[in-house]
Amino acid sequence: MEFFRLKKDIPFMRHALVFNIISLITFIAAIFFLTTRGLNYSIEFTGGVLVEATYATPVNVDALRTALIKAGVSEPQVQNFGTARDVLLRLSLKDVEAAPSIRMEEGKITKLDPQKLTANVLSAGGGNPKITREDFVGPQVGRELATDGALALLVVVIGIALYLAMRFEWKFSVAAIVANLHDVVIILGFFAFFQWEFSLTVLAAALAVLGYSVNESVVIADRIRENFRKLRRTSVDQVIDNAITSTMSRTVITHGLTETMVISMLIFGGPTLHYFALALTIGILFGIYSSVLVMAPITRWLGVKREDLVKPVKKESTGEMV
Amino acid sequence: MNRYPAWKYVIIGVSLAIGFLYTLPNFFRAVPAVQIASAKATVKVDASMKDRVAEILKRASIADTGIFFDDGLSPSVRVRVTDDDTQLKAKDVLQKELNPDPSDPVYVVALNLISSSPQWLTDIHALPMYLGLDLRGGVHFLMQVDMKSALTKRLENLAGDARTLLRDKSIRSSGISRVDQSVEVRLQDLETANRALPILQEGLPDLDLKVVPEGSLFKIVGTIKPTAVQQIQENALKQNITTLHNRVNQLGTSEPVIQQQGADRIVVELPGVQDTARAKDIIGRTASLEARMVDASPEAMSALAAGTIPFGDEKFTETDGSPLLVSKQIVFSGDNLTDAQAGFDGQTQEPVVNLTLDAKGARVVRDVSRDNIGQRMALLLFEKGKGEVVTAPVIRGELGARFQISGAMTAGQATDTALLLRSGSLAAPMEIIEERTVGPSLGADNIARGFLSTVYGFTAIAVFMVLYYVLFGMVSVIALASNLLLLIALLSMLQATLTLPGIAAIALTLGMAIDSNVLINERIREELRNGTAPQSAIAAGYERAFGTILDSNITTLIAGLSLLAFGSGPVRGFAVVHCLGITTSIFSSVFVSRGIVNLIYGSKKKLARLAIGQVWKPA
Repeated sequence: MEFFRLKKDIPFMRHALVFNIISLITFIAAIFFLTTRGLNYSIEFTGGVLVEATYATPVNVDALRTALIKAGVSEPQVQNFGTARDVLLRLSLKDVEAAPSIRMEEGKITKLDPQKLTANVLSAGGGNPKITREDFVGPQVGRELATDGALALLVVVIGIALYLAMRFEWKFSVAAIVANLHDVVIILGFFAFFQWEFSLTVLAAALAVLGYSVNESVVIADRIRENFRKLRRTSVDQVIDNAITSTMSRTVITHGLTETMVISMLIFGGPTLHYFALALTIGILFGIYSSVLVMAPITRWLGVKREDLVKPVKKESTGEMV
Repeated sequence: MNRYPAWKYVIIGVSLAIGFLYTLPNFFRAVPAVQIASAKATVKVDASMKDRVAEILKRASIADTGIFFDDGLSPSVRVRVTDDDTQLKAKDVLQKELNPDPSDPVYVVALNLISSSPQWLTDIHALPMYLGLDLRGGVHFLMQVDMKSALTKRLENLAGDARTLLRDKSIRSSGISRVDQSVEVRLQDLETANRALPILQEGLPDLDLKVVPEGSLFKIVGTIKPTAVQQIQENALKQNITTLHNRVNQLGTSEPVIQQQGADRIVVELPGVQDTARAKDIIGRTASLEARMVDASPEAMSALAAGTIPFGDEKFTETDGSPLLVSKQIVFSGDNLTDAQAGFDGQTQEPVVNLTLDAKGARVVRDVSRDNIGQRMALLLFEKGKGEVVTAPVIRGELGARFQISGAMTAGQATDTALLLRSGSLAAPMEIIEERTVGPSLGADNIARGFLSTVYGFTAIAVFMVLYYVLFGMVSVIALASNLLLLIALLSMLQATLTLPGIAAIALTLGMAIDSNVLINERIREELRNGTAPQSAIAAGYERAFGTILDSNITTLIAGLSLLAFGSGPVRGFAVVHCLGITTSIFSSVFVSRGIVNLIYGSKKKLARLAIGQVWKPA
């Protein structure tokens, strides 16, 4: 079996400008939604209480919501989780403070009282509620997580940029980082647009995508370098086109296989892994696109030349192995 | 050109064999067990308990499949049985035999699960992966230690010490107090200040002292030294952890995790505990230490023999089991005890426990000890309103702020006693800043889901690879499977905690690791397409793809490592597996798969074609 039978190199670079404009538009759209709608942070970041409960019968979510409002919660977040008998409540710390019928005092912190919650609120949703999971996150933890997350992103970007600059050339390094940050921003843009919950695991997925889609750029950059050595009388555009075309098959198959795994998580992984897998899916799909259609053109705009990559010292390693 | 020397195959063979051996324990299911741990801070479970348990079970004719002694931070004995019924029966029998007085249990007998993997695997430290709370259910607390109040408490003590020091030398001060994060001693004139300074400097080595004029008066301002601050914080954290350990042991939880996180936080994880309210109650409880005089007067002794307790006394049991009458009047309490450390006597080289009291405690203990030389003083630890005698030494002379307890102790016993004395109270208050509870059914559900998605994903990848690359696809799948094997073996060896994000990382890492093999196979096809001979195509394919594989794995590793460095909680669980998986994937996708390919094709001199699927050549 063989999927790709490309007789000629696809002239990607001829349309470079078009691709760059398209990605610029998606990028700006992502930024727009990030600023206007913002991310729907999970309680890990904002602090708050999360309760998962399971019932003997399907839950009446509306009745639960009404019960919460009656208890004093201003904007109750109630949703089905997995099955119709499972329900997920998300309450901010402010909400808990405003609802005396579900909280308890404990030292300085006001906290949710699971017994009171079951008796006063959960029982409104259906028969025999049982709390299966209860998370409480204090406000100071969240702030730290946000800084740590930003710091992790920064270190990843700097680390990868340095490595690529060392292995290839600064132009590739800049192009690869721009291309892959573009992926991360687009993932975040999706989460902002659909107001999906942005949790720590989603952050981990976004950073893993950053590392993963850099692979793509590395593979293409590697091939561009090789082509510069091998095809001595071809133009830069042709070299890049050939590099992309000849790695095309690998690009699609690899991403397809990784995506297979991710889809398997999306389908069988249950609600806990849902957004994680979703973030990865978006990242992987845009990863193909960005490496081919963002990274390569940017390298060209930056004016990559044969001399940049083919250094006399490295010549011996190009010795024919065939 | 496509042959590996024998030693390379030996490396592959050995690493896969080790991988298999250490992955093995994960396949044995957990079986019911009964766990015996100490319920009292003063009682320690040791190896002799194993024989005792064996004997009790034998008498009750209950069959077990193994009794194990676990010598950890909280030593315990575990009895493995075959089914739930036997487990309950064994628990009842042990409970009755080990705790003759049900109202005052000495041991916690709890139900537990342990792996049924054979003993020889356990002997080579091949243990199953440690499952995180999200996979087995339980409670997680993150506690913030209030370091500021630990410092304040210490400064208050130092201010008191300063007062005593100056009074001893009859230097009159016009006020000693703690002001914010410093101690201030007000003095009448410069001469007095200069006289007081060396005394304070010697007596309070933890403070940086300075004479500062204040109007017509002078004051000595003492700020705490940075090294002392660090010391105080470290000690506070350590003491809180020790205290938590003692409390958690009472829950009879298997494998509790109590760890420091950062400079001022403590993580407490109690797998299997469902009752958060009870867990919180126990963790939040304060034990208190009291020092009281032992009443050994002839009247008291005769009253004891007659079975009555004299007025003003209380009866306790000593560690050796003999009764002890102790006065109700408290000499000093845990609040006055600033430190307790095990050490050695300067002259006799005997193990001792060195106690340090604050000024108030020192004053009282001096007066009391002066009048009671030759008498015994009991140190009692109260928990849930019930007192335990930690030790009851004889007073040999007048005691001061620092004194020691000596006598027939091993170094280990001295350490235990010091720890018990310190555990009397929390060094600094704590508050719960994060709390998670996961029900056991949710945990089991998470395992099943994570497992299913990995299995289906892997199968889909395997089917595609074999269809697309035929024999080379099969080799790739074997390489990927060996990657999974090595990864799980590594995780089991390191006893890393596996969480749901960790399982997701296993799946994702497999999905990414196949990239290396796709790169190699595509490269070989490309070489063939260009008309290279099959043997050379294999060599060139592996050789050329290797640089790319290395580069791309290193960039992925950079991302993984920074997640590890800055991540917390679920992100960390993900990052650990991710990083390890990348490392094993380089080994298996390049080294192992090449080894297999060499084995298949290496010896064939006249190789016409490779079974790598169709290779289409442009006309």
